Amino acid sequence: MPKDGSELSLDGLGIPMWLTLEMTYRCPLHCPWCSNPLDFDKFKNELSTEEWKKVLREGRAMGALQLGFTGGEPMLRDDIEELVAYSTELGYYANLITSGIGLTPERLKTMKDGGLKQIQLSLQSSDRDITNKLVGADVYDQKIEIAYEIKRQGFPMVLNVPICKQNIRQTRDILKLAEELGVEYIEFANIQYYNWALLNRAEFLPTREEIEDAEAAVKETRERLGKKMEIYFVIPDYFDERPKACMNGWGAIHLTIGPDGAALPCQEARVIKGLEFPSVLDHSLDWIWNKSPVFNAYRGEDWMKEPCRSCDEKEKDHGGCRCQALLLTGDAANTDPVCSKSPFHHLIESSVAESINEHRVERPLVFRRKGAITTDFLETTE
Amino acid sequence: MSETITVAADNIIEINPVYLFRWEEPQKAHVLLYPEGIVKVNETGAAILKLCDGIKTVTEIISELNDKYNTDVTDSVNKFLEVAYAKGWIRIKS
Repeated sequence: MPKDGSELSLDGLGIPMWLTLEMTYRCPLHCPWCSNPLDFDKFKNELSTEEWKKVLREGRAMGALQLGFTGGEPMLRDDIEELVAYSTELGYYANLITSGIGLTPERLKTMKDGGLKQIQLSLQSSDRDITNKLVGADVYDQKIEIAYEIKRQGFPMVLNVPICKQNIRQTRDILKLAEELGVEYIEFANIQYYNWALLNRAEFLPTREEIEDAEAAVKETRERLGKKMEIYFVIPDYFDERPKACMNGWGAIHLTIGPDGAALPCQEARVIKGLEFPSVLDHSLDWIWNKSPVFNAYRGEDWMKEPCRSCDEKEKDHGGCRCQALLLTGDAANTDPVCSKSPFHHLIESSVAESINEHRVERPLVFRRKGAITTDFLETTE
Repeated sequence: MSETITVAADNIIEINPVYLFRWEEPQKAHVLLYPEGIVKVNETGAAILKLCDGIKTVTEIISELNDKYNTDVTDSVNKFLEVAYAKGWIRIKS
């Protein structure tokens, strides 16, 4: 996803410049903020190597440039190296988005030779115990070890830190660790509340004071390090008055392909009920992007309702996030309730208020595991 | 320190190796690709970046462009290089 401070030609000319491949929903980690669907275990039929290659060819023919291999944990697939090399041949700028588990010096070397440009490594804390507790697996040491190896092999690296109440107070320590690792970019991505994260929202939401303190730490480090390390700090949209320009608009520049071949306008879009996501097994990428009902559903501005329709900021934020509108207001075509102009904005305010209510009953975090919750009674878009 | 170093005349300039600079046919434009982003570069910018080869100095870049465009482009080249440097697209070869 493009970040604050990243430059992007927004006139995508109708081209899906950003292609994200969710190679698998399998993952050795159990992060309770995972963006994968709650019923992730139902998507067992992953595309084959050849089917992914076809997606890559068709995407490139349409002009896709940035490519992200993600998941689940993409390194659980044994064909990532082959697909990286293939994507380089086609002319992509290939990024690997990983927990680091499954990466080895040998696999890194093969991908380096195959033209992998950049690695985004997730890091949840600078503290071993907190990391292991947060992700539900004993992985901290492996992550740090592979982070040093990634730098030794000369990859530009982004540390991706999902920020929540449980780690926001460690911002300074995490920045120090990033500096020691010598990463070029660190992104503090406040957790976005969809899927698993939404289940755990009340436990995750930081307070405004905690966010301000973290921002201060970021500012100090920026001043001290200058251009040596780029720091992105994305505040949770729950604390904003205006919605994020989610994905730069629906079907504008982003195209995500799920493990089973479902084409999605964003990685969360599966939560929107009633949409039939076309599969790359049945349709060409060109048809999916340009003609399919899903990709046209919220493209442009015609679908907008009030207050978006008459809002002079609609071109800037595109009405915010469709998934958030659906999850919180019941209609994906509503204004993102993060917007203070939304008639549903009180839902955001009350969830923030509830998270700091000292009489709130704290609940244990629900970790992403098969069977952690029953999805038997959920309607899915499978 | 958020230093504002000006690019000096005898500096040798190269494109930051994190960036990939190339022509993109579907967009009919030069682009800079980097982790997390894409920059579309206009024709003038592309003409300058093409000369940032890690061999030429700023003076040499300017003189080549002066010849090419048959006019004095010193100010606009300097300005572009400073912006490009501030954004991290180029770096000064030591």
